[in-house]
Amino acid sequence: MKPAPFAYHDPRSIEEVLDLLASLDNARLLAGGQSLMPMLNMRVAFPDHLIDLNRVEGLTGIMEEGGSIRIGAMTRQRDIEESEVIRARLPLLAEALSHVGHRQTRNRGTIGGSLCNLDPSAELVAVATALDAVLEVQGSAGIRELSIHDFPVGFMTPALAPEEMLTAIRLPVPPAGHGTAFTEFARRHGDYAIVSAAVLLVLEGSRIARASLTLGGVGAGPLRLRTAEAMLVGGAPSEATFGAAAAECAGIEAMSDPQAPAWYRRRLSAVLTRRALETAAARAAV
Amino acid sequence: MTARRIALTVNGARHEAETPVRQHLADFLRGTLGLTGTHLGCEHGVCGACTVLLDGRAVRACLILAVQAEGRSVTTVEGLAPDNGPLHPLQAAFCANHGLQCGFCTPGMLTTLAEFLKDSPDPTEEEVRVAISGNLCRCTGYDSIVAATMEAARALREARA
Ligand code: FES
Ligand code: FES
Repeated sequence: MKPAPFAYHDPRSIEEVLDLLASLDNARLLAGGQSLMPMLNMRVAFPDHLIDLNRVEGLTGIMEEGGSIRIGAMTRQRDIEESEVIRARLPLLAEALSHVGHRQTRNRGTIGGSLCNLDPSAELVAVATALDAVLEVQGSAGIRELSIHDFPVGFMTPALAPEEMLTAIRLPVPPAGHGTAFTEFARRHGDYAIVSAAVLLVLEGSRIARASLTLGGVGAGPLRLRTAEAMLVGGAPSEATFGAAAAECAGIEAMSDPQAPAWYRRRLSAVLTRRALETAAARAAV
Repeated sequence: MTARRIALTVNGARHEAETPVRQHLADFLRGTLGLTGTHLGCEHGVCGACTVLLDGRAVRACLILAVQAEGRSVTTVEGLAPDNGPLHPLQAAFCANHGLQCGFCTPGMLTTLAEFLKDSPDPTEEEVRVAISGNLCRCTGYDSIVAATMEAARALREARA
Protein backbone atom coordinates (compact mmCIF):
# COMPACT_ATOMS: atom_id res chain seq x y z
CA MET A 1 0.00 0.00 0.00
CA LYS A 2 1.63 3.20 -1.08
CA PRO A 3 -0.30 6.01 0.60
CA ALA A 4 -0.42 6.42 4.38
CA PRO A 5 -3.82 5.48 5.86
CA PHE A 6 -6.68 7.92 5.44
CA ALA A 7 -10.44 7.87 5.74
CA TYR A 8 -12.14 8.01 2.36
CA HIS A 9 -15.27 10.04 1.72
CA ASP A 10 -17.19 10.11 -1.54
CA PRO A 11 -19.97 12.67 -1.17
CA ARG A 12 -22.57 13.23 -3.90
CA SER A 13 -23.38 16.92 -3.43
CA ILE A 14 -21.53 20.19 -2.95
CA GLU A 15 -23.37 20.67 0.37
CA GLU A 16 -22.00 17.36 1.65
CA VAL A 17 -18.49 18.35 0.61
CA LEU A 18 -18.79 21.66 2.44
CA ASP A 19 -20.12 19.90 5.56
CA LEU A 20 -17.18 17.50 5.48
CA LEU A 21 -14.68 20.33 4.97
CA ALA A 22 -16.16 22.21 7.90
CA SER A 23 -16.15 19.23 10.26
CA LEU A 24 -12.97 17.28 9.42
CA ASP A 25 -9.40 18.11 10.34
CA ASN A 26 -6.53 17.65 7.90
CA ALA A 27 -8.77 16.83 4.95
CA ARG A 28 -7.78 17.09 1.30
CA LEU A 29 -10.03 17.30 -1.76
CA LEU A 30 -9.29 14.74 -4.46
CA ALA A 31 -10.08 16.01 -7.97
CA GLY A 32 -8.54 14.25 -10.99
CA GLY A 33 -5.72 12.93 -8.82
CA GLN A 34 -2.94 13.55 -11.32
CA SER A 35 -0.91 15.52 -8.76
CA LEU A 36 -2.39 14.54 -5.41
CA MET A 37 -2.22 10.77 -6.06
CA PRO A 38 1.54 10.88 -6.76
CA MET A 39 1.94 12.96 -3.61
CA LEU A 40 -0.01 10.34 -1.64
CA ASN A 41 1.90 7.44 -3.22
CA MET A 42 5.21 9.12 -2.37
CA ARG A 43 3.92 10.10 1.05
CA VAL A 44 4.64 13.74 0.46
CA ALA A 45 1.02 14.38 1.43
CA PHE A 46 -0.65 12.49 4.27
CA PRO A 47 -4.15 13.76 4.92
CA ASP A 48 -6.29 12.06 7.57
CA HIS A 49 -9.33 12.45 5.31
CA LEU A 50 -9.62 12.28 1.57
CA ILE A 51 -12.76 13.85 0.12
CA ASP A 52 -13.29 12.52 -3.39
CA LEU A 53 -15.04 15.00 -5.71
CA ASN A 54 -15.46 12.56 -8.59
CA ARG A 55 -19.05 11.61 -7.75
CA VAL A 56 -20.24 15.07 -6.76
CA GLU A 57 -23.12 16.35 -8.90
CA GLY A 58 -23.01 19.77 -10.52
CA LEU A 59 -19.27 20.27 -10.87
CA THR A 60 -18.83 19.46 -14.55
CA GLY A 61 -19.85 21.05 -17.81
CA ILE A 62 -18.96 23.78 -20.28
CA MET A 63 -21.51 26.52 -20.89
CA GLU A 64 -21.49 29.81 -22.73
CA GLU A 65 -23.36 32.49 -20.83
CA GLY A 66 -23.34 36.25 -21.07
CA GLY A 67 -20.04 36.78 -22.87
CA SER A 68 -18.19 34.22 -20.76
CA ILE A 69 -17.62 30.52 -20.82
CA ARG A 70 -18.24 28.79 -17.54
CA ILE A 71 -16.42 25.54 -16.88
CA GLY A 72 -17.22 23.33 -13.90
CA ALA A 73 -14.18 22.73 -11.70
CA MET A 74 -14.32 18.94 -12.19
CA THR A 75 -14.52 19.08 -15.97
CA ARG A 76 -11.81 16.81 -17.39
CA GLN A 77 -9.01 18.44 -19.33
CA ARG A 78 -9.64 16.11 -22.27
CA ASP A 79 -13.29 17.19 -22.48
CA ILE A 80 -12.26 20.85 -22.51
CA GLU A 81 -9.55 20.25 -25.11
CA GLU A 82 -12.04 18.57 -27.45
CA SER A 83 -15.01 20.86 -26.80
CA GLU A 84 -16.32 22.59 -29.92
CA VAL A 85 -17.23 25.69 -27.93
CA ILE A 86 -13.75 25.97 -26.48
CA ARG A 87 -12.05 25.41 -29.83
CA ALA A 88 -14.17 28.08 -31.45
CA ARG A 89 -14.31 30.67 -28.67
CA LEU A 90 -11.21 30.10 -26.52
CA PRO A 91 -8.64 28.45 -28.79
CA LEU A 92 -5.89 29.59 -26.41
CA LEU A 93 -7.21 27.17 -23.80
CA ALA A 94 -7.36 24.26 -26.26
CA GLU A 95 -3.85 25.02 -27.53
CA ALA A 96 -2.41 25.15 -24.00
CA LEU A 97 -4.15 21.90 -23.02
CA SER A 98 -2.32 19.98 -25.72
CA HIS A 99 0.82 20.66 -23.65
CA VAL A 100 -0.70 19.55 -20.33
CA GLY A 101 0.66 16.12 -19.44
CA HIS A 102 -0.45 13.31 -21.73
CA ARG A 103 -3.68 11.90 -23.04
CA GLN A 104 -3.91 9.47 -20.12
CA THR A 105 -3.50 12.25 -17.57
CA ARG A 106 -5.86 14.63 -19.39
CA ASN A 107 -8.49 11.87 -19.37
CA ARG A 108 -8.50 12.22 -15.57
CA GLY A 109 -7.04 15.63 -14.79
CA THR A 110 -9.48 18.49 -14.20
CA ILE A 111 -9.29 22.24 -14.73
CA GLY A 112 -10.15 22.97 -11.10
CA GLY A 113 -7.57 20.53 -9.79
CA SER A 114 -4.84 22.10 -11.87
CA LEU A 115 -5.77 25.63 -10.81
CA CYS A 116 -5.89 24.74 -7.11
CA ASN A 117 -2.65 22.77 -7.28
CA LEU A 118 -1.20 26.04 -8.61
CA ASP A 119 2.07 24.68 -9.88
CA PRO A 120 4.21 27.63 -11.02
CA SER A 121 4.66 26.02 -14.45
CA ALA A 122 1.08 24.86 -14.95
CA GLU A 123 -0.21 25.80 -18.39
CA LEU A 124 -3.81 26.20 -17.21
CA VAL A 125 -2.82 28.72 -14.56
CA ALA A 126 -0.99 30.83 -17.16
CA VAL A 127 -3.95 30.73 -19.55
CA ALA A 128 -6.48 31.56 -16.84
CA THR A 129 -4.31 34.55 -15.93
CA ALA A 130 -3.98 35.68 -19.55
CA LEU A 131 -7.76 35.51 -20.00
CA ASP A 132 -8.62 37.28 -16.70
CA ALA A 133 -10.55 34.31 -15.35
CA VAL A 134 -13.07 34.69 -12.55
CA LEU A 135 -13.26 31.85 -10.05
CA GLU A 136 -16.39 30.75 -8.25
CA VAL A 137 -15.54 29.68 -4.73
CA GLN A 138 -18.08 28.10 -2.45
CA GLY A 139 -18.06 27.94 1.34
CA SER A 140 -20.66 27.55 4.05
CA ALA A 141 -21.39 31.29 3.73
CA GLY A 142 -22.27 30.92 0.04
CA ILE A 143 -20.55 31.61 -3.25
CA ARG A 144 -17.94 34.31 -3.72
CA GLU A 145 -16.17 35.39 -6.87
CA LEU A 146 -12.47 35.81 -7.02
CA SER A 147 -10.23 37.17 -9.75
CA ILE A 148 -7.50 34.79 -10.88
CA HIS A 149 -5.09 37.64 -10.19
CA ASP A 150 -5.90 37.41 -6.46
CA PHE A 151 -5.86 33.61 -6.41
CA PRO A 152 -2.16 32.79 -5.84
CA VAL A 153 -1.04 33.93 -2.41
CA GLY A 154 2.31 32.12 -2.43
CA PHE A 155 4.13 29.13 -3.85
CA MET A 156 1.45 26.56 -4.76
CA THR A 157 -0.95 28.23 -2.33
CA PRO A 158 -4.37 29.37 -3.51
CA ALA A 159 -6.45 31.96 -1.68
CA LEU A 160 -8.92 29.40 -0.39
CA ALA A 161 -9.97 29.01 3.24
CA PRO A 162 -9.74 25.43 4.56
CA GLU A 163 -13.53 25.04 4.41
CA GLU A 164 -13.89 26.45 0.89
CA MET A 165 -13.78 24.82 -2.54
CA LEU A 166 -13.46 25.97 -6.13
CA THR A 167 -16.65 25.07 -8.01
CA ALA A 168 -16.29 26.74 -11.41
CA ILE A 169 -14.17 29.03 -13.51
CA ARG A 170 -15.49 31.71 -15.85
CA LEU A 171 -13.46 32.88 -18.81
CA PRO A 172 -14.52 36.05 -20.63
CA VAL A 173 -14.62 35.48 -24.40
CA PRO A 174 -12.39 38.04 -26.15
CA PRO A 175 -14.01 40.13 -28.91
CA ALA A 176 -14.01 39.08 -32.55
CA GLY A 177 -10.80 39.96 -34.36
CA HIS A 178 -8.58 38.71 -31.58
CA GLY A 179 -5.72 36.30 -31.88
CA THR A 180 -4.09 34.14 -29.24
CA ALA A 181 -1.06 31.92 -28.98
CA PHE A 182 0.52 29.64 -26.43
CA THR A 183 4.19 28.74 -26.63
CA GLU A 184 6.32 26.81 -24.21
CA PHE A 185 9.65 25.16 -23.77
CA ALA A 186 9.81 21.83 -21.94
CA ARG A 187 12.41 19.10 -22.01
CA ARG A 188 9.92 16.55 -23.26
CA HIS A 189 6.43 16.86 -24.66
CA GLY A 190 3.98 16.82 -21.77
CA ASP A 191 6.44 17.84 -19.09
CA TYR A 192 5.75 20.95 -17.08
CA ALA A 193 7.14 23.89 -19.04
CA ILE A 194 10.38 25.50 -17.97
CA VAL A 195 8.81 28.68 -19.32
CA SER A 196 5.52 29.20 -21.11
CA ALA A 197 3.95 32.28 -22.68
CA ALA A 198 0.24 32.93 -23.21
CA VAL A 199 -0.68 35.87 -25.42
CA LEU A 200 -3.91 37.56 -26.43
CA LEU A 201 -4.00 40.40 -28.95
CA VAL A 202 -7.03 42.37 -30.09
CA LEU A 203 -6.46 44.32 -33.29
CA GLU A 204 -8.48 47.28 -34.50
CA GLY A 205 -7.54 48.19 -38.02
CA SER A 206 -3.77 48.26 -38.07
CA ARG A 207 -3.40 49.02 -34.34
CA ILE A 208 -3.23 46.84 -31.26
CA ALA A 209 -6.29 47.66 -29.16
CA ARG A 210 -5.64 45.23 -26.31
CA ALA A 211 -2.76 43.02 -25.30
CA SER A 212 -2.43 40.41 -22.60
CA LEU A 213 0.91 38.72 -21.92
CA THR A 214 1.46 36.07 -19.26
CA LEU A 215 4.51 34.01 -18.46
CA GLY A 216 4.35 30.70 -16.61
CA GLY A 217 7.25 28.96 -14.93
CA VAL A 218 9.39 32.01 -14.22
CA GLY A 219 8.41 32.62 -10.60
CA ALA A 220 6.23 31.31 -7.79
CA GLY A 221 3.09 32.25 -9.70
CA PRO A 222 2.04 33.35 -13.18
CA LEU A 223 3.49 36.69 -14.26
CA ARG A 224 1.45 39.26 -16.19
CA LEU A 225 3.77 41.58 -18.13
CA ARG A 226 1.82 44.79 -17.58
CA THR A 227 4.59 47.12 -18.75
CA ALA A 228 5.04 45.26 -22.02
CA GLU A 229 1.26 45.18 -22.50
CA ALA A 230 1.10 48.98 -22.14
CA MET A 231 3.91 49.34 -24.68
CA LEU A 232 1.96 47.27 -27.21
CA VAL A 233 -1.39 49.00 -27.00
CA GLY A 234 -1.79 51.64 -29.70
CA GLY A 235 1.20 50.35 -31.64
CA ALA A 236 1.28 48.52 -34.95
CA PRO A 237 1.58 44.73 -34.83
CA SER A 238 5.10 44.81 -36.25
CA GLU A 239 8.35 43.04 -35.66
CA ALA A 240 9.78 46.16 -34.02
CA THR A 241 6.88 46.54 -31.58
CA PHE A 242 6.99 42.86 -30.66
CA GLY A 243 10.77 42.93 -30.27
CA ALA A 244 10.58 45.89 -27.90
CA ALA A 245 7.83 44.26 -25.82
CA ALA A 246 9.72 40.97 -25.63
CA ALA A 247 12.87 42.83 -24.58
CA GLU A 248 11.03 43.79 -21.38
CA CYS A 249 11.58 40.19 -20.25
CA ALA A 250 15.25 41.00 -19.68
CA GLY A 251 14.24 42.81 -16.50
CA ILE A 252 11.87 40.27 -14.94
CA GLU A 253 12.59 38.45 -11.72
CA ALA A 254 13.00 34.78 -12.56
CA MET A 255 13.71 31.78 -10.36
CA SER A 256 16.63 29.39 -10.55
CA ASP A 257 16.14 25.68 -9.98
CA PRO A 258 17.91 22.47 -11.00
CA GLN A 259 16.16 22.62 -14.39
CA ALA A 260 17.32 26.08 -15.42
CA PRO A 261 19.05 29.17 -14.01
CA ALA A 262 17.30 32.54 -13.86
CA TRP A 263 19.20 34.07 -16.80
CA TYR A 264 18.10 31.16 -19.00
CA ARG A 265 14.47 31.61 -17.98
CA ARG A 266 14.68 35.32 -18.80
CA ARG A 267 16.10 34.58 -22.22
CA LEU A 268 13.48 31.91 -22.91
CA SER A 269 10.79 34.34 -21.78
CA ALA A 270 11.85 36.91 -24.37
CA VAL A 271 12.01 34.39 -27.21
CA LEU A 272 8.72 32.67 -26.33
CA THR A 273 6.94 36.01 -25.85
CA ARG A 274 8.09 37.28 -29.23
CA ARG A 275 7.04 34.07 -30.97
CA ALA A 276 3.68 34.04 -29.25
CA LEU A 277 3.07 37.69 -30.19
CA GLU A 278 3.88 37.00 -33.84
CA THR A 279 1.61 33.96 -33.96
CA ALA A 280 -1.22 35.72 -32.15
CA ALA A 281 -0.99 38.69 -34.54
CA ALA A 282 -1.04 36.41 -37.59
CA ARG A 283 -4.11 34.62 -36.21
CA ALA A 284 -5.84 37.90 -35.41
CA ALA A 285 -5.24 39.14 -38.94
CA VAL A 286 -7.07 36.30 -40.69
CA MET B 1 -13.60 2.99 7.05
CA THR B 2 -10.26 1.51 6.04
CA ALA B 3 -11.72 -1.07 3.65
CA ARG B 4 -14.70 -1.24 1.34
CA ARG B 5 -16.45 -3.82 -0.75
CA ILE B 6 -16.62 -2.77 -4.38
CA ALA B 7 -18.27 -4.14 -7.51
CA LEU B 8 -16.98 -3.37 -10.96
CA THR B 9 -16.66 -4.85 -14.43
CA VAL B 10 -13.20 -5.97 -15.52
CA ASN B 11 -12.72 -7.18 -19.08
CA GLY B 12 -16.42 -7.78 -19.39
CA ALA B 13 -16.79 -9.84 -16.22
CA ARG B 14 -18.35 -8.58 -13.03
CA HIS B 15 -16.14 -8.72 -9.94
CA GLU B 16 -16.88 -8.03 -6.33
CA ALA B 17 -14.10 -7.75 -3.78
CA GLU B 18 -13.00 -6.01 -0.66
CA THR B 19 -10.22 -3.44 -0.94
CA PRO B 20 -8.41 -1.18 1.46
CA VAL B 21 -9.52 2.36 0.58
CA ARG B 22 -5.93 3.45 0.09
CA GLN B 23 -5.15 0.73 -2.46
CA HIS B 24 -4.73 2.02 -5.99
CA LEU B 25 -6.47 0.38 -8.92
CA ALA B 26 -3.31 -1.22 -10.34
CA ASP B 27 -2.55 -3.04 -7.08
CA PHE B 28 -6.20 -4.08 -6.89
CA LEU B 29 -6.10 -5.54 -10.40
CA ARG B 30 -2.79 -7.29 -9.81
CA GLY B 31 -3.00 -8.32 -6.17
CA THR B 32 -6.70 -8.71 -5.48
CA LEU B 33 -7.90 -9.97 -8.88
CA GLY B 34 -4.66 -11.64 -9.99
CA LEU B 35 -4.57 -9.79 -13.31
CA THR B 36 -0.83 -9.19 -13.44
CA GLY B 37 -0.80 -7.98 -17.04
CA THR B 38 -1.02 -4.40 -15.78
CA HIS B 39 2.52 -3.40 -14.85
CA LEU B 40 3.80 -0.92 -12.30
CA GLY B 41 6.92 1.06 -13.03
CA CYS B 42 6.97 4.28 -11.10
CA GLU B 43 3.68 4.43 -9.20
CA HIS B 44 3.57 8.17 -9.45
CA GLY B 45 2.18 8.79 -12.88
CA VAL B 46 5.33 9.12 -14.97
CA CYS B 47 5.94 5.87 -16.89
CA GLY B 48 2.53 4.83 -18.21
CA ALA B 49 3.15 1.10 -17.66
CA CYS B 50 -0.01 0.84 -15.55
CA THR B 51 -2.35 2.30 -18.19
CA VAL B 52 -5.80 0.67 -18.35
CA LEU B 53 -9.05 1.73 -19.98
CA LEU B 54 -11.64 3.13 -17.58
CA ASP B 55 -14.99 3.27 -19.35
CA GLY B 56 -13.01 3.24 -22.58
CA ARG B 57 -10.55 5.98 -21.70
CA ALA B 58 -6.86 5.39 -21.09
CA VAL B 59 -5.88 6.30 -17.52
CA ARG B 60 -3.01 5.63 -15.18
CA ALA B 61 -4.17 2.91 -12.79
CA CYS B 62 -1.58 3.94 -10.17
CA LEU B 63 -3.30 7.34 -9.89
CA ILE B 64 -6.78 6.01 -9.24
CA LEU B 65 -7.99 4.36 -6.07
CA ALA B 66 -9.70 1.01 -6.47
CA VAL B 67 -12.75 2.41 -4.66
CA GLN B 68 -13.05 5.04 -7.38
CA ALA B 69 -13.65 2.28 -9.94
CA GLU B 70 -16.78 1.10 -8.13
CA GLY B 71 -19.53 0.60 -10.72
CA ARG B 72 -17.22 1.37 -13.62
CA SER B 73 -15.88 -0.75 -16.43
CA VAL B 74 -12.15 -1.48 -16.66
CA THR B 75 -10.27 -3.03 -19.57
CA THR B 76 -6.75 -4.32 -18.97
CA VAL B 77 -4.30 -5.74 -21.47
CA GLU B 78 -5.79 -9.19 -20.73
CA GLY B 79 -9.10 -7.94 -22.11
CA LEU B 80 -7.86 -6.65 -25.46
CA ALA B 81 -8.27 -10.02 -27.18
CA PRO B 82 -10.39 -13.08 -26.33
CA ASP B 83 -8.63 -15.75 -24.24
CA ASN B 84 -8.18 -18.38 -26.93
CA GLY B 85 -8.91 -16.22 -29.95
CA PRO B 86 -6.63 -14.27 -32.25
CA LEU B 87 -4.51 -11.41 -30.92
CA HIS B 88 -5.73 -7.82 -31.12
CA PRO B 89 -4.35 -6.23 -34.33
CA LEU B 90 -2.08 -4.06 -32.17
CA GLN B 91 -0.67 -7.11 -30.40
CA ALA B 92 -0.14 -8.90 -33.72
CA ALA B 93 1.62 -5.86 -35.19
CA PHE B 94 3.84 -5.50 -32.09
CA CYS B 95 4.92 -9.13 -32.56
CA ALA B 96 5.58 -8.70 -36.26
CA ASN B 97 7.51 -5.43 -35.94
CA HIS B 98 9.65 -6.01 -32.85
CA GLY B 99 7.39 -3.65 -30.91
CA LEU B 100 8.55 -5.16 -27.65
CA GLN B 101 11.73 -6.51 -26.16
CA CYS B 102 11.39 -7.07 -22.40
CA GLY B 103 7.66 -6.30 -22.60
CA PHE B 104 7.49 -4.26 -19.43
CA CYS B 105 6.04 -1.16 -21.05
CA THR B 106 3.90 -3.13 -23.51
CA PRO B 107 0.59 -3.41 -21.59
CA GLY B 108 0.55 0.36 -21.16
CA MET B 109 1.51 0.97 -24.77
CA LEU B 110 -1.23 -1.36 -26.02
CA THR B 111 -4.02 0.06 -23.89
CA THR B 112 -2.98 3.65 -24.67
CA LEU B 113 -2.84 2.91 -28.39
CA ALA B 114 -6.10 0.94 -28.38
CA GLU B 115 -7.92 4.08 -27.24
CA PHE B 116 -5.88 6.31 -29.56
CA LEU B 117 -6.60 4.29 -32.71
CA LYS B 118 -10.31 4.33 -31.93
CA ASP B 119 -10.26 8.12 -31.95
CA SER B 120 -7.66 8.53 -34.72
CA PRO B 121 -7.92 5.56 -37.09
CA ASP B 122 -5.58 7.12 -39.67
CA PRO B 123 -2.81 8.82 -37.69
CA THR B 124 0.53 10.23 -38.82
CA GLU B 125 3.72 8.88 -37.25
CA GLU B 126 4.08 12.18 -35.41
CA GLU B 127 0.61 11.80 -33.89
CA VAL B 128 1.50 8.30 -32.73
CA ARG B 129 4.63 9.64 -31.05
CA VAL B 130 2.59 12.27 -29.22
CA ALA B 131 0.02 9.62 -28.24
CA ILE B 132 2.70 7.52 -26.53
CA SER B 133 4.58 10.49 -25.09
CA GLY B 134 3.30 9.41 -21.68
CA ASN B 135 4.64 5.85 -21.99
CA LEU B 136 8.30 5.18 -21.31
CA CYS B 137 10.05 2.27 -22.99
CA ARG B 138 13.55 1.52 -21.79
CA CYS B 139 14.67 -1.10 -24.28
CA THR B 140 12.81 -1.56 -27.55
CA GLY B 141 13.20 1.94 -28.86
CA TYR B 142 10.21 3.84 -30.08
CA ASP B 143 10.74 3.46 -33.83
CA SER B 144 9.53 -0.12 -33.96
CA ILE B 145 6.64 0.68 -31.65
CA VAL B 146 5.56 3.47 -33.99
CA ALA B 147 5.98 1.18 -37.02
CA ALA B 148 3.87 -1.49 -35.31
CA THR B 149 1.18 1.06 -34.55
CA MET B 150 1.05 2.27 -38.14
CA GLU B 151 0.64 -1.33 -39.31
CA ALA B 152 -2.09 -2.01 -36.73
CA ALA B 153 -3.91 1.14 -37.80
CA ARG B 154 -3.85 -0.08 -41.40
CA ALA B 155 -5.10 -3.53 -40.37
CA LEU B 156 -7.92 -2.04 -38.29
CA ARG B 157 -8.97 0.24 -41.15
CA GLU B 158 -8.99 -2.65 -43.59
CA ALA B 159 -10.98 -4.82 -41.18
CA ARG B 160 -13.60 -2.10 -41.00
CA ALA B 161 -13.73 -1.42 -44.74
S1 FES C 1 3.18 2.97 -12.65
FE1 FES C 1 1.55 4.26 -13.12
S2 FES C 1 2.48 5.72 -14.41
FE2 FES C 1 4.18 4.53 -13.77
S1 FES D 1 9.93 -3.32 -24.19
FE1 FES D 1 11.24 -3.15 -22.49
S2 FES D 1 10.57 -1.29 -21.61
FE2 FES D 1 9.58 -1.27 -23.50
